[in-house]
Amino acid sequence: MSLTSLSHFPTPKISHLSTDDFKFIYEPAEDSFLLLDALEKDCVRIEKLRPCICLEVGCGSGICITFLATILKSWPSLYLCTDINHKATEIAQQTGRENGINIQPVTTDLVESLDVRLKGQVDILLFNPPYVVTPESEVGSKGIEAAWAGGERGRQVIDRFLTKVSDLLSEEGLFYMVVIKENIPEEIEQMMKKEGFDMETVLTRRSGPELLSILRFQRTQA
Amino acid sequence: MKLLTHNFLTSNIIKGVKNGYPLSILPGKVEMKEVDFNPEFITRMLPKIEWSALQKAAKECGFEEGLPDTVGEEQLGDTDLLKRVHKALLEIEVVEGKLVCPESGREFPINNGIPNMLLNEDEV
Repeated sequence: MSLTSLSHFPTPKISHLSTDDFKFIYEPAEDSFLLLDALEKDCVRIEKLRPCICLEVGCGSGICITFLATILKSWPSLYLCTDINHKATEIAQQTGRENGINIQPVTTDLVESLDVRLKGQVDILLFNPPYVVTPESEVGSKGIEAAWAGGERGRQVIDRFLTKVSDLLSEEGLFYMVVIKENIPEEIEQMMKKEGFDMETVLTRRSGPELLSILRFQRTQA
Repeated sequence: MKLLTHNFLTSNIIKGVKNGYPLSILPGKVEMKEVDFNPEFITRMLPKIEWSALQKAAKECGFEEGLPDTVGEEQLGDTDLLKRVHKALLEIEVVEGKLVCPESGREFPINNGIPNMLLNEDEV
């Protein structure tokens, strides 16, 4: 973990989580903390947006959506989060509570059951996808493997989600996503350009074998 | 699950279901949890709310404290009304219960305040 000493928002407490919990859900790691750092770096941009609805897809422990709510503490918003792993949504709810934040978890696959009514409504969208390159056959579990197994180039779940982003985001909305180099961010940039989005890399950090980046997407401003 | 969240859920993910909205609530355990009242939040959220779905959901949870049939812009200055809307959207917590698809009757469990919308493979 490497939150900078300059950080002025507290990292969410996760001491309520036990090693037993981490048999079922993804333990916050470098990728999670890099997303936190990127949100903190972007805090002025995020606050300026005055978001009404925030959504984290694949929330795991809930640390990222809880942190986003911490940044926006003086600005109330709806904090929705989803995970295909029911244990994860339970723990995310607990993480929110432990930090005095009210988050609204739904157990579902990506944004299923929410996408129709959230059309064009999401102001801040977070996604720390299963980005690890694995055999295709490992993708599709509803357990802890769903937290990392990304199939070929780690893109199976990422690509499935990217097609939904344009429908979900509000006009000014921001979409943050974690990727590794193997996911080929340049190709993702081209895909999203066709959907009308500009991509920027907010932060990049090496963690062991992984070269992690946080990408931010926003509609191309006319 | 707050009724604000419920307002955004549909069951159109089920094969053959067209709208799947609004989901009926079969409440098991419902609690009232106090939440700080922020009129600006309610005012900003109102245009995103399906009012009739909220009205129906509140009724199903046994909360019938005067939600009017419609809310127009001219009523946004009515603090009393905004407080009732606040209560319905944010303070009613469905802790245990079921959500029911209005078209297929498929039930989705709500456990520990969390709706589980996952389907079996043969349902999608």
